[in-house]
Amino acid sequence: MKNYSTLREIQKDLLAGTITCRQLVEFYLKNIDEKNLKLNAFVSVYAEESLQKADEVDLKIKSGNYGKLAGMVLGIKDLLCYKDHPVSAGSKILDGFEAQFNGTAVQRVLDEDAIIIGRQNCDEFGMGSTNENSNFGPVLNAVGDHRVAGGSSGGSAVAVQADMCLASLGTDTGGSVRMPAGFCGLVGLKPTYSRVSRWGLIAYASSFDCIGPITKSVEDSAILLEVIAGSDEQDSTVSTKEVEAYSELVPEKKSYKIAYLREAVESEGLQPEVKAATIAKLDFLKSQGHTVEAVDFPLIKHFLPTYYILTTAESSSNLSRFDGVKYGFRAANSKELITMYKKTRSEAFRNETRRRIMLGTFVLSASYYDAYYTKAQKVRRLVKEYTDSLLENYDFLVCPTTPTTAYKIGEKTADPIQMYLGDLFTVQANVVGLPAISIPNGEDNEGMPIGFQIMAGAFQEKELLAFSNAILV
Amino acid sequence: MNPEIRSKYEVVIGLEVHAQLQTETKIFAADPASFGALPNTHISPITLGHPGTLPKLNRKAVEYAIKLGLAVGSKISDRQYFDRKNYFYPDLPKGYQITQDKTPICIGGGVKVKLKEGEKTVRFHHIHLEEDAGKMLHLDGESDSLVDYNRAGTPLVEMVTEPEIKSAEEAFQFMTEVRKLVRYLGICDGNMEEGSLRCDVNVSVMPVGSKVFGTKVEIKNMNSIRNVYRAIEFEIPRQIEMVERGEAIIQETRSFDANTGKTHGMREKESMNDYRYFPEPDLTPLIISEDWLSAVKTQMPALPWELFEKFTREYHLPEYDAGVLTDSREIAEYFEATCSFTNNYKAVSNWIMGTVKSYLNENNLEISDFSVSPERLAQLIILVDEDKVSNSTAAQKIFPELLKDSVKTPLQIAETNNLIQQSNTDSLQSLIDEVLAANQPKVKEYKQGKKGLLGMFMGEIMKKSKGSADPKVTTALLQKTLDSL
Repeated sequence: MKNYSTLREIQKDLLAGTITCRQLVEFYLKNIDEKNLKLNAFVSVYAEESLQKADEVDLKIKSGNYGKLAGMVLGIKDLLCYKDHPVSAGSKILDGFEAQFNGTAVQRVLDEDAIIIGRQNCDEFGMGSTNENSNFGPVLNAVGDHRVAGGSSGGSAVAVQADMCLASLGTDTGGSVRMPAGFCGLVGLKPTYSRVSRWGLIAYASSFDCIGPITKSVEDSAILLEVIAGSDEQDSTVSTKEVEAYSELVPEKKSYKIAYLREAVESEGLQPEVKAATIAKLDFLKSQGHTVEAVDFPLIKHFLPTYYILTTAESSSNLSRFDGVKYGFRAANSKELITMYKKTRSEAFRNETRRRIMLGTFVLSASYYDAYYTKAQKVRRLVKEYTDSLLENYDFLVCPTTPTTAYKIGEKTADPIQMYLGDLFTVQANVVGLPAISIPNGEDNEGMPIGFQIMAGAFQEKELLAFSNAILV
Repeated sequence: MNPEIRSKYEVVIGLEVHAQLQTETKIFAADPASFGALPNTHISPITLGHPGTLPKLNRKAVEYAIKLGLAVGSKISDRQYFDRKNYFYPDLPKGYQITQDKTPICIGGGVKVKLKEGEKTVRFHHIHLEEDAGKMLHLDGESDSLVDYNRAGTPLVEMVTEPEIKSAEEAFQFMTEVRKLVRYLGICDGNMEEGSLRCDVNVSVMPVGSKVFGTKVEIKNMNSIRNVYRAIEFEIPRQIEMVERGEAIIQETRSFDANTGKTHGMREKESMNDYRYFPEPDLTPLIISEDWLSAVKTQMPALPWELFEKFTREYHLPEYDAGVLTDSREIAEYFEATCSFTNNYKAVSNWIMGTVKSYLNENNLEISDFSVSPERLAQLIILVDEDKVSNSTAAQKIFPELLKDSVKTPLQIAETNNLIQQSNTDSLQSLIDEVLAANQPKVKEYKQGKKGLLGMFMGEIMKKSKGSADPKVTTALLQKTLDSL
């Protein structure tokens, strides 16, 4: 079978009758069979179900009445609820738990005839930058020798990278879609906050969480966004703004005004190849007639503290429901309530998750609330105002997706601060709620992919995708 | 307690009253919010706090809170947000309660209470919206606890008073007014036994004239207004005695035991809790527009004190009557409806407070179960007013028939049963003559001065007329006849 990288190619061949959905699913299942044991991208594979669904879609294609995503074999991150299927957020705490409803994004892809082939590994509750913080063990990058996939949607990225599915739905709270997409040489889109309903997305930090696609092409990300975006009765925070035809991919302008963060591109901490690739991309943009200017972002040093104070605060509360009482894991020999709580949560949550719960509990506590939470909210507003003001003068803000390419497995796990620094460039989009994409931008000396991040104004996904597609060479 | 010692202290009481709103569905989910279903049947992934679920605000609950706010004269906030109150307990499915900590929906307002010393307004600090928790069940002899999540997520308003209630009596009157009000508004059934109306009492004592409040104690678990009264009556001397003995009062939560009438400390220390409130990120700010507010205003029913005013001023009823009739919205409405058919308001009042109420009480019925329509009751009252039947005939003979027969008018019932009073003096005179003729010896005794026999003659005449003789007219005629003998 041909190695497809876009849905359009697949649909063309499906309509021509040269392939069938069943063959596609069999192809991906074979790859999963061969590679998953090593890469650990999927934690559940719905083989029988996907084949059955493939036959149904094949019939639909024959009848000429098929959905927009017919022929798309999709994997979903273990944070998305898929009715009657296990979902565990990469955590032991949800052992044995099955979703009782379809999340909105999941429902919408199913309605358009996507075939969900399986559930993908991720950092526990999306808390991690390397996908090493999972109850199911680390995900391995398909490229390089023992490199991390990036996180937290590591399984979702590697699954696409290794042709175990065509596309994935991940989630992005601080870079969790863009970072693994960057580490794996893929396209990863984090939409504007509230563009996609969060109904059925297991919350890490409610005011940051976004569902986003990971694909091989910008076009597939655009098509997926078209399907999953839009208003939803179940999520009162979701935007009612009209969903545009993102997949047209026609840029409105010939030349754009682009700003890059001086601190990000000129930083000493940047891996030389990443720096070189970024500068090369900026030069390329200039050569294409775009205006490219450096801007200062003095608040950049506040990105990570703001992000970690607010997300841990929200997550300490969001994760309180996992108490061993109603569902999921309960520690054995829990004879008394407090003991049950302590044992259950200590035994089930991993260190990083416990660290964040404790940090969040601390910043929300009465004596420290104003010093941390209130202050971080203020800084969040300042960062937003400053970012918005930049985007009044520029169409896009660009920078490398991450300061380095994928780390070696275990390289950063001992030092959380080093780990958090990897999120430096991606968290801004979540702090301010703006759309951002990571597109491939070459490789380092060892062949590890480099990502290039583009951020746009609120609900400017159409322009963002069209521009990204145009500059992806 | 020695009244002299008691009088040295001033009592400060603040109430936190929770009222469960009678919306059809829960405040953030579509599950039914009604009471009494089998455990864990009114639940859904949202109610159970399943991962991936989000709250969706029930606008009806908001409207109910607005109604309450409007009724008590609160300022209704036009923009507000919800907060999370974080704590662990098995009956709290998400590990936090969605409430309004910083921006309550209603600010200020108050309720007038009638006291022996006169009227007083108990002011509200605020009223806010929140969700209820589930219920823990501990079965006798079982080591496991059970949780019923039916109640989890039912909408509540919490009314927080200023600390300006001075006695158990004031608290009692206040709760009575609040219960009446929420029932009038149709936002809560006011049932304290089932817990749809709950009251936590904060009590402290301080020396008269002191500017500094004493340490307050919170009392929970009173399942009736009477028990709120009893709990405070127990707590005041307990605290005063402690202060008198020089003991420090501990800030704590105490539970009231209705069997003993005592309060006792609960183990959990509320003051230790840090609820880590922060704005609920899963809900957008709640905006109450002018239009919305106006729409709710048009749905406001007449309030008890407005009706009280109307009944005393327009209908000239005594305050006592107006008080009884406005005790419940249904009674007041029945009264008003009846008054649209007759102007004899006092008679309507007497009927409702007397015959109707005792019938309802004896049969354990509510006015809503009462089968006699206001129009038919008015017809009966008119029948009496027209001297066609006596009051006692109406109450004892026609009223029971009205209950049984919903077709015939009171007049038809009176006619069929020969109950129309005979005020026709001709036929009365012949009855009187008959009776007197049949009782010659007694007539002689009467004439000799045994005037008490008049009643006996009356009784005989009434018997012969089968009760249809108009007693007033008959007495006069009888007297005249006897005098002329």
